[in-house]
Amino acid sequence: MTKTITDVICPFCGTLCDDVEVIVSDDGKKLLEVNNACVIGTEKFLHSQAKDRVTRPRMHQEDGSWKEVSYDEAVEYTAQMLAKARKPLMYGWSSTNCEAQSVGNEIAELSRACCDNTAAVCHGTTLIALQDEGLPSCTLGEVKNRADRVIFWGCNPAHAHPRHMSRYSIFPRGFFTGKGQMSRKLIVVDPRTTDTAKMADIHLQVEQGRDYELLNALRVALRGEWLPDEVAGISAEKIREAADILKSGRFGIIFFGMGVTQSISKNHNIDEAIALTKDLNEHTKFSIMPMRGHYNVTGSGEVFAWQFGFPYAVDLTRGFARYNPGDTSSIDLLTRGEIDAMFTIGSDPGAHFPISAVKPIANLPSVCIDPHLTPTSGVSKLHVPVAFNGVETGGNCYRMDNVPIDCRKVVEPPEGMLTDEQFLTKVRDRLKELKGVA
Amino acid sequence: MMETVTITMKNLPALYLEADNISPDVFAGKTAEQIAGLDVFEGNTTQTLGKYFEVTGKAGATAADTKIVVKGDVKKVKYLGFKMTAGEMLIEESADLYVGAWMKGGKITAKKNVAAFAGLAMKGGELNIEGDAGNYLGTAYRGDWRGMSGGKIHVKGNAGSDIGMYMKGGEIVIDGNIDVHPMTHAEGGRLVVKGNAKSKIGGQSLQGDIIIFGDIEVMMPGFKPVDTVELEIDGKKAKFSHFIGDMGERHKKKKGQVMYMNLYKKL
Repeated sequence: MTKTITDVICPFCGTLCDDVEVIVSDDGKKLLEVNNACVIGTEKFLHSQAKDRVTRPRMHQEDGSWKEVSYDEAVEYTAQMLAKARKPLMYGWSSTNCEAQSVGNEIAELSRACCDNTAAVCHGTTLIALQDEGLPSCTLGEVKNRADRVIFWGCNPAHAHPRHMSRYSIFPRGFFTGKGQMSRKLIVVDPRTTDTAKMADIHLQVEQGRDYELLNALRVALRGEWLPDEVAGISAEKIREAADILKSGRFGIIFFGMGVTQSISKNHNIDEAIALTKDLNEHTKFSIMPMRGHYNVTGSGEVFAWQFGFPYAVDLTRGFARYNPGDTSSIDLLTRGEIDAMFTIGSDPGAHFPISAVKPIANLPSVCIDPHLTPTSGVSKLHVPVAFNGVETGGNCYRMDNVPIDCRKVVEPPEGMLTDEQFLTKVRDRLKELKGVA
Repeated sequence: MMETVTITMKNLPALYLEADNISPDVFAGKTAEQIAGLDVFEGNTTQTLGKYFEVTGKAGATAADTKIVVKGDVKKVKYLGFKMTAGEMLIEESADLYVGAWMKGGKITAKKNVAAFAGLAMKGGELNIEGDAGNYLGTAYRGDWRGMSGGKIHVKGNAGSDIGMYMKGGEIVIDGNIDVHPMTHAEGGRLVVKGNAKSKIGGQSLQGDIIIFGDIEVMMPGFKPVDTVELEIDGKKAKFSHFIGDMGERHKKKKGQVMYMNLYKKL
């Protein structure tokens, strides 16, 4: 016999789909089948069942081989490393729950570390812009029920957030959007003809790196001012047409992704996009929302901001929280050689950082806490596998629209494995002993 | 009477030093020994300045009477001339982040390059950089909407991106070339670039002057050509095409006249 668990939350992307069905064995130890989730989400669930999964911490040996160690030894190495370091970097946090993040922040405070999350290579620039401009946003439910003008700018949900379009942004029939796709006008801004762009009513094929100019031109068009004949490879006529379509809607939303946050202009692109959203609110109701990647990167920003006052790139080395991306952000810290220990949890800088920032990790005392084998676990001195958050343990996560959703445990982790929170709590308690704090 | 303190790097830090005490204001009235005992920060540890620097000479009675000469490798030293209000500082080698940050008065001369965030939120004084400057020269601190509001920055080499962001007053002169995004969100002040500029010039700016002698790769669509003017700069007259912007922004009126950012590009 098998059991079917309904309303399971998918711990893959920032869409945090909450309608997944999981079929488990009668004893709750094996995960057999996943329904409703996208291909990536399904893989995430099924990967917890991999036969070659590492279930105990391992230390990298001099000759490059791995030696299995106990969780207690792993706790000792991690606590000693953080206690000795003069400027440790604690990076990641986006694929674990808010409870673990909060314990992590206690550790960061005790060891006066730099803390950062994956926004550093993702929507960190968005966070800079929203500090400068504010963020007129809404929930995904409002998008589903109200939005009749949808813009995807520099993002490709067809591949990166596969169920976003069917659940919220294009196809669903909502309260005021009864005709589904027919009641929405879709504008996609992308230099490439992506699968999302193929569905668009208007595809603005912007010249690469000219998003800032195009956003500016849309604002100029809204004010009815002079425009050059062509901006970013798009005719003034087409820009004015797009501006009119945006103005004529009842409720509009701009979704944006890496294409604007990590290309030239970075935070300025988002700054201008938020300003465009504000301008559009003089004509109709408009909102803007970042397409957050990891399922709980938003939560990490929330927990950092709640406990330290800043959403990422926090530097606690002087005993108080400081924040200045460029100085306190992970890639800068690593490439400039500012840190002397690396702690990674719930993310994979080895795969996502430039190689000049990955090389230093291999030369530093380093810990990688991750259920998977990743390029980061490969270069770290200690790899601590943990239970899959959202599959083998629950916990709080934040969706891309800042709505908190509790993840669910659906299956037991392999025997004797700790969760992120359990491991971090042990590290925190040992660190307190080492630092002489009660 | 002007007195000179010379600090020379003798033991390089393993990590980076936060040396926000190296300024005429803090040094004033102190002997070499007292100066060597000042705090500097390496990571999460507090050390003395004398651990890394050899200190000779003595400071004047006030900041205005104090000159600091910084010798040796300071590529890993941040915050030189932090919040200084008077006096002088000469930095002989390339320095790291935040040179002259929040500076209010006095004069800093950097003989070589400075890294990012130099002259951050500067209010007054003079910052001369004889090499290149990094990104974020003379901008606001993160999240602040009040950038550089007074004083003068002169860079003999090139400067990076995002210079003069949220600028409100003062002047930045770059003899070489600049990267993208000068004077974003500016509400005043003046930027003179003798070399070339790339793109995103004056985006979202409200007021001020940008004068570019070299080429502009791509103009912002929000800048509208208005006329041709003759300007006199450094005693030389030249003709410039005049643009106003950013037309995407809402602009204030002063004495019945709408105020714009003026962009002058040499013909």
